[in-house]
Amino acid sequence: MSTLPRAPADGLHESASAPDFLTPATAPGSAGVVAPKDLRGVADLPTDERPVGAKQTAIYVYDMPVRAWHWVNALCIVVLAITGYLIANPPAAAPGEAFERSLMGNIRLIHFTAGQILAIALLARFVWMFFGNRYAHQLFCPPIWRRQWWAEVWFEAKWYAFLVRDPKKYIGHNPFAALMMFAFFVLPCVFMVLSGMALYSMGTGVDSWQHAAFGWMLTLFGNPMTLQTLHHLGMWVLVIFSILHIYAAIHEEMWSRQSMISTIVSGWRMFRDNAR
Amino acid sequence: MLARETFYDVIRRQGISRRSFAKFCTLTAASMGLGEAHAATIAHAMETKPRIPVLWLHGLECTCCSESFIRSAHPLVRDVVLSMISLDYNDTLMAAAGHQAEAILDEIREEYKGNYIAAVEGNPPLNEDGMYCISGGRPFVEKLKEVCGDAKAVISWGSCASWGCVQAARPNPTQATPVHKVITDKPVIKVPGCPPIAEVMTGVITYIVTFDRLPTLDAQGRPLMFYSQRVHDKCYRRPHFNAGQFAETFDDEGARKGYCLYKVGCRGPTTYNACSTVRWNEGVSFPIQSGHGCVGCSEDAFWDNGPFYDRLAKVGAFGIESNADRIGLAAAGVVTAGIAAHAALSAVKRMVHKPGVGAEDKNLASLDGEPK
Ligand code: HEM
Ligand code: HEM
Ligand code: SF4
Repeated sequence: MSTLPRAPADGLHESASAPDFLTPATAPGSAGVVAPKDLRGVADLPTDERPVGAKQTAIYVYDMPVRAWHWVNALCIVVLAITGYLIANPPAAAPGEAFERSLMGNIRLIHFTAGQILAIALLARFVWMFFGNRYAHQLFCPPIWRRQWWAEVWFEAKWYAFLVRDPKKYIGHNPFAALMMFAFFVLPCVFMVLSGMALYSMGTGVDSWQHAAFGWMLTLFGNPMTLQTLHHLGMWVLVIFSILHIYAAIHEEMWSRQSMISTIVSGWRMFRDNAR
Repeated sequence: MLARETFYDVIRRQGISRRSFAKFCTLTAASMGLGEAHAATIAHAMETKPRIPVLWLHGLECTCCSESFIRSAHPLVRDVVLSMISLDYNDTLMAAAGHQAEAILDEIREEYKGNYIAAVEGNPPLNEDGMYCISGGRPFVEKLKEVCGDAKAVISWGSCASWGCVQAARPNPTQATPVHKVITDKPVIKVPGCPPIAEVMTGVITYIVTFDRLPTLDAQGRPLMFYSQRVHDKCYRRPHFNAGQFAETFDDEGARKGYCLYKVGCRGPTTYNACSTVRWNEGVSFPIQSGHGCVGCSEDAFWDNGPFYDRLAKVGAFGIESNADRIGLAAAGVVTAGIAAHAALSAVKRMVHKPGVGAEDKNLASLDGEPK
C-alpha cells in the first residue's frame, strides 16, 4: 500500500478480500451474481464483465422517469425558492384599489402550485424506487449500516479534499454524493413538503383534509410561527445543497473519470478512461 | 348551604329584565355560531337547569384575564354571569375575604363534587415546591390540585394557564407550568390570549353551563368555535395583503392608508384567535385596526419567539441572535467562496495529474492479489 490510498483502476473494487456484499454482480444485460440490494450500483460489475480493453463503456443508469423527475424537481425547487423568498420579503405593489391587483396572491399561488407538484413528484419518485432499475433506490436508501459503505464515503471525501490522487468510478451515485443527497436533499425536502402543507392547511382551514393530514406539524415545534421559520430556513438548506450539487456535477464531469451531466440528461454513464 | 337555583333565578334576582335576558341569549347564540334557533335552547337551559358553580382561581398572573372579562359587551354578562361566579369564588372580585372566602371553596367542593367548573387564571410555579406563588397561606399548586381534583372540567384562562406565557418565558426561573401539565386527569379547555377576548370567555362559560357539555376542542384543547381561524383569515386588511400593498414602516404612506402590516411584523398569519371577528371593548377595535401588528399573544411561547415586530421567530445559534435570511445568506456566501477555492485547486491538480492515468495498470495487477 502506498501512503496515498489509490483506487483500483476500474473503481469497482473487486479484491481478494472484498466483503461479501461487494462481490461483483452483473452489469445490466448479463446474467450472473447480483450485488446485495443495498449496495447495488456501487459495486456490481463482475470481474469477467469488467470493461478492461473495451473501447468505450456506457451503462444505462438513470431511466426516463428518474431523469424526468430530476428536472421537474429542479425546476420546482428554483420556483419555490424564488417565490418563497418573495413571500417572506414581498415586493410592493402599486397603490390603488386593492381588488385590482394580486401581486402577493399570485406569488403565493405559484408557490403553492409548485409546492404541490414537487410533493406529488417526490412521492412518485419514491414509488418508482420499487419499479425502476437497480439505481433507482439509491437516493432513498443509503446503506448507512454498512461499514464498507462508510469507507467508500470516506474515500470520496478524501478525493474531494485532494487527499487521494485518483478518483474511483461508480456506476450509480458515489457513496459520498448519495449521503449528501439523502441528508441535504431527501430529508429537507420531505420536511419542506410536510411543513409547507401544514402552513397551507392554516389557509384551507381546520376542517380541510390538508389540516387532517398535516396539521400535526403546526405544533410539532411548539407553534406555527416556529414552523414557518423552519420552513424558511429549509429553503436555505436546499439552496445551499443546490449550489454544491451543481458544482459537484460540473466538477465530476470535468475532473473525474465518468460522465455526469450528460448522464442525468440521457441516462447513460460513460467511463472515459476505459477507452485507453 | 347554597340553594340550587337556576341561572334565570339568579338573573331575575339581579334585577335583569326578561327582555334583556332574551337579548343575551340571542347574542350568545350568534357569537357561538349557533344560529337563531339556538337562542331558545339557551334560554330554556338557563331557565330550567340548576346553575353550575364556577370556582375562579388565580395563580401566577397579572389579572388581565379578569380585567378583560369584566369588560364583556353585554350588561347581562357583566352583571350576572360575573356575579354568579363571584358568588362562588373569585378571590379578586368577590366581596368575602380571608377564611370566609376560603371556606366557600370547601363548601362548593363538597356540595357540588364533580359538578362544578374550575376556571384558572395564571399558572402554578413548581420550583421550590411551589413557594413562588402563595395563595391563602399555602402554595398555589396545592390549592389548584385540590379544587381541580373534584371539578367536572377545568378552564385555562389566558396564555398563562394555557401555555405558560411571560412567567414561563426562558429561562423560567420559577418553573411556571401551564395547568394541563399539572392537572392531567380532567378535561382542560384552553382559552388562550393575553388576555383572552371578553366575549370569548363568557361564550365558553355560557356554552358549558347552558348545554351542560364541553365545547368541541381542537387538537390543542382550544374551543373550535373561537380558535379555528387565524387573525389573518378574517382581517379586514387582508385584501391589501393579497394585493401586495404593505406598510413598510409605522409612519409611511402605506401605514396611513391602512395597508397590511405584514412587513412590520404582523403575526396574524400564524395566530389562531377571534380578534378580527369579535374584536375588543364591545367590538370597538382590535390591535390591527389600531395600526399595530398582531403580536401572536394567544400562541404558545410567544414571548420566546423574539421581538414583537418580527413575523418569524428569531434564530439563535452560538449565542448570536439573527434571522433566517441573514444566516442563510451568510452560509450560502461561505459555501460559494469555498467552491471557488475548490475549483481553482481542482484545476491545478488536474494540470499536474490526469485522473486515472497510470493508475490503471498497477491497480489491475492488484486485482489479482499482487500489488506492483
Ligand atoms: C421545497 C421547497 C420549498 C421552499 C424552498 C419553500 C420556501 C418557502 C419560503 C422561503 C417561505 C416564506 C416563509 C416566510 O418567511 O414566511 C414559504 C412559505 C410558504 N410555503 Fe413554502 N417552500 C417550499 C415548499 C413548499 C411546499 C411543498 C408547500 C406546500 C404547499 C409550501 C407552502 C408554503 C406556504 C403555505 C407558505 C406560507 C405562505 C404564506 O403564509 O403566505 N412550500 N415557503
Ligand atoms: C443545473 C442544475 C442541475 C444539474 C446540472 C444537475 C445535475 C445532476 C447530475 C449530474 C446528477 C447525477 C448525479 C450522479 O450521477 O451521481 C443529478 C442527480 C440529482 N440531482 Fe441534480 N442537477 C441540477 C439541479 C438539481 C436541483 C436544483 C436539485 C434539487 C435541489 C437536484 C437534485 C438532484 C437529485 C436528488 C439527484 C439524484 C437523482 C436520483 O438518484 O434519482 N438537482 N443532478
Ligand atoms: S395586517 Fe396582519 S393579519 Fe391583517 S392581513 Fe396583514 S398580515 Fe394578515
